[in-house]
Amino acid sequence: MSEKVLMKGNEALAEAAMRAGCRYFFGYPITPQTELAAYMSKHLPKHGGTYLQAESEVSAINMVYGAAACGVRTMTSSSSPGVSLKTEGISYLAGADLPAVIINVQRGGPGLGSIQPSQSDYWQATRAMGHGDFFLPVFAPSTVQEMADLVYEAFDVADRYRTPVVILADGMLGQMMEPVVMPEERALEDLPAKPWATDGHRGARPHNVVNSLFLDAQQLYEKNVERFERYEQIARDEVRVEEYLTDDADIVVVAFGAAARIARSAVNDARAKGIKVGLIRPITLWPYPSEAIRACDAKAYLVVEMNMGQMVEDVRLAVNGQAPVEFFGRAGGVIPRPDEVLACIEELARKEVVSHG
Amino acid sequence: MAEMECVFKRTESLLPVVTNYCPGCTHGIVERLVAECIDEMGMGGQTIAVVPVGCSVMAYDFFGCDAIEAAHGRAPAVATAAKRVFPDHLVFAYQGDGDLASIGMAETIHAATRGENITVIFINNAIYGMTGGQMAPTSLPNQVTQTSPYGRNPAYAGYPIRVCELLSSLDGVAYLERVTVDSPKNVRRAKKAIARAFQNQADKIGYSLVEVVSTCPTNWGMDPQQAFAWMRENMLPYYPLGVYKDVVADGYANVAEAATARAAACPLVSVSKEDDR
Amino acid sequence: MAQQMQAVLAGFGGQGTLFAGKVIAYAGLIEDRHVSWFPSYGPEMRGGTANCSVTVSDEPIGSPLVTEPDVVIAMNQPSYDKFVEEARAGAVVVFDSDLVTPEDVRTDVEKVGIPAARIAQEAKMDKLANIVLLGKLWDKTRFCERATLDAAICKCVPSTKPQLIEMNERAIEMGIDA
Repeated sequence: MSEKVLMKGNEALAEAAMRAGCRYFFGYPITPQTELAAYMSKHLPKHGGTYLQAESEVSAINMVYGAAACGVRTMTSSSSPGVSLKTEGISYLAGADLPAVIINVQRGGPGLGSIQPSQSDYWQATRAMGHGDFFLPVFAPSTVQEMADLVYEAFDVADRYRTPVVILADGMLGQMMEPVVMPEERALEDLPAKPWATDGHRGARPHNVVNSLFLDAQQLYEKNVERFERYEQIARDEVRVEEYLTDDADIVVVAFGAAARIARSAVNDARAKGIKVGLIRPITLWPYPSEAIRACDAKAYLVVEMNMGQMVEDVRLAVNGQAPVEFFGRAGGVIPRPDEVLACIEELARKEVVSHG
Repeated sequence: MAEMECVFKRTESLLPVVTNYCPGCTHGIVERLVAECIDEMGMGGQTIAVVPVGCSVMAYDFFGCDAIEAAHGRAPAVATAAKRVFPDHLVFAYQGDGDLASIGMAETIHAATRGENITVIFINNAIYGMTGGQMAPTSLPNQVTQTSPYGRNPAYAGYPIRVCELLSSLDGVAYLERVTVDSPKNVRRAKKAIARAFQNQADKIGYSLVEVVSTCPTNWGMDPQQAFAWMRENMLPYYPLGVYKDVVADGYANVAEAATARAAACPLVSVSKEDDR
Repeated sequence: MAQQMQAVLAGFGGQGTLFAGKVIAYAGLIEDRHVSWFPSYGPEMRGGTANCSVTVSDEPIGSPLVTEPDVVIAMNQPSYDKFVEEARAGAVVVFDSDLVTPEDVRTDVEKVGIPAARIAQEAKMDKLANIVLLGKLWDKTRFCERATLDAAICKCVPSTKPQLIEMNERAIEMGIDA
């Protein structure tokens, strides 16, 4: 077991990725994820790996595509505007069934936006990481420890299902330091074999082709159907969610990532005032923990996000009109305060549908 | 009857499949030359082809080596990563003019300036073939295409890019040659250039690119012989054949040596760095 | 020891406020408490100052951004002016009395000014005014065991520079005695 150390979230992502066996990192500088690339540039060469600063985000994601095709664990990281540029390559990764990890340390948008923490890319991550019919697993850490644990796991999920995986963090989680215990270093020889990789056939097998082009409509349709069968399996087996004080809760707050930290403080404060409130924190944003949200059977839901209201739509889909779903958000890099969230909880509690504990 | 000697056989690095190329297209000739060079080096099992978007988009089905289909213009980035993962394999990008010199120009310039030890085969036929004959970054002034129906007006649509000339200023580039394949003599020259570009890679000399001035009989609206004649008359004066850079001929072992000599006056340049690729 | 301490350390870039904040965070970690450290980042985030929020708590920490600090270290006037306003009633505000003139109207916070930069300079430790102020903060709040503070210094100073550890520890003592 490693020692508990203080680390920035960005550095924890980098270190844990290396420990997961990632030896190929391609990136382009952007605030607030820069420490991640800097850490990689310093440490990857010492591990026999390759850090390469690409000429653009577009190029970086296509380098990830090339390295993934060759069968190695590979990663890129960026922040919101840069991730938009990567979406072309992410669609190709999905279309060619290539495993890779993409990190988004979000900032406020749209456009150049701000450099302050935000969750404004929820829709992009869960719905539109490029053109075409596809999903990809999206992990949303809310502590520095979880940054390390989830990126480590993301490489396994990517390999298991042959899919790109996104870690959706934000400037707060990337910049803050917290105590973290690093996962064990994975031996490269223990990583899953990839018989489909373009690693040179040496005359021992037919040539491997990594490709997302299928000009025959029926063939492409069947490819998509096969991929969606994998998505069903992911939805069945890979949902991760944390529930906090939901057992007797009349009101359930739903929040992810940094917003969930703030929501949790507000839930504690509301409990101290006798309000029966709990918190559901989706850790996977796709697949979404709809079942857990529905199963709470709360009298009212409050969704807290650092955006203008994106995940709230998934909560409404999960609840399906069975209870009111309210929203509280701060956007553009403004961080919501626990007392603001508490005020929303109290307001909901005052409404007649909710009985006090 | 005496036992017969095999004097000619199928090129192993080209698979026995029917290609999608039009009659008279030069892609077939160039792909054949590439495959011959790989086979002559005995590297078919350790080669990764990176193929483009364009007429040769399906070349992954034609080449016998492992192959990666890249997004439009991104082949140099994909090839960069493949070469970093397998520094002792042969990695080549096969690209057309729209792919290499328009949408992928940033990737081209930066792979070249990084001195990526890869081979690039560049097919320049001054038109977008697959999409049906639109203006390319290398379409000539006054050349009529589907999207320059009155002829390319440089005052309006700008000038063509001469890729070899452009790349020749970059320190990471080891070898640039412009060839064509309109005659047996020129085919043999083209083969020599392609072989050289692959050998440079095996010898870790630096980025090597061979530009093949080509035709598009279908979209030019000509038969193959007319197309070659048009190419000789109009393209070769604009894109003269020849070697545009060759660090070995200049007396250097590789791009690093050539680049250091060129900037000898800069004190930072002489700090030696271990090659950590 | 308070159940939770929320600190803001602020000054100009280069005065070492982020480093001093890291020492507090490491002290919390060594005593097995929950800690978070969150820097201002980017240009001119908060009134032109470089600052960080540090929380040390017995409970998991919600927002790492401290908006109502119960301790403040201010190393310049704009930082003092901004954060003395935000401080909670009863907060301890430690500042460099040569660089800051308190002109605020707060009467419900404890204001502790010491000439930290001068003290550090006279001891030929120009760069350690931040740690002198940290010593004074510890003296006023006892946010950790005394020995823990030295152990935290050891965690934050690169092991390649052992002479710096000793200087930092002396700076703490000078702050306590000031």
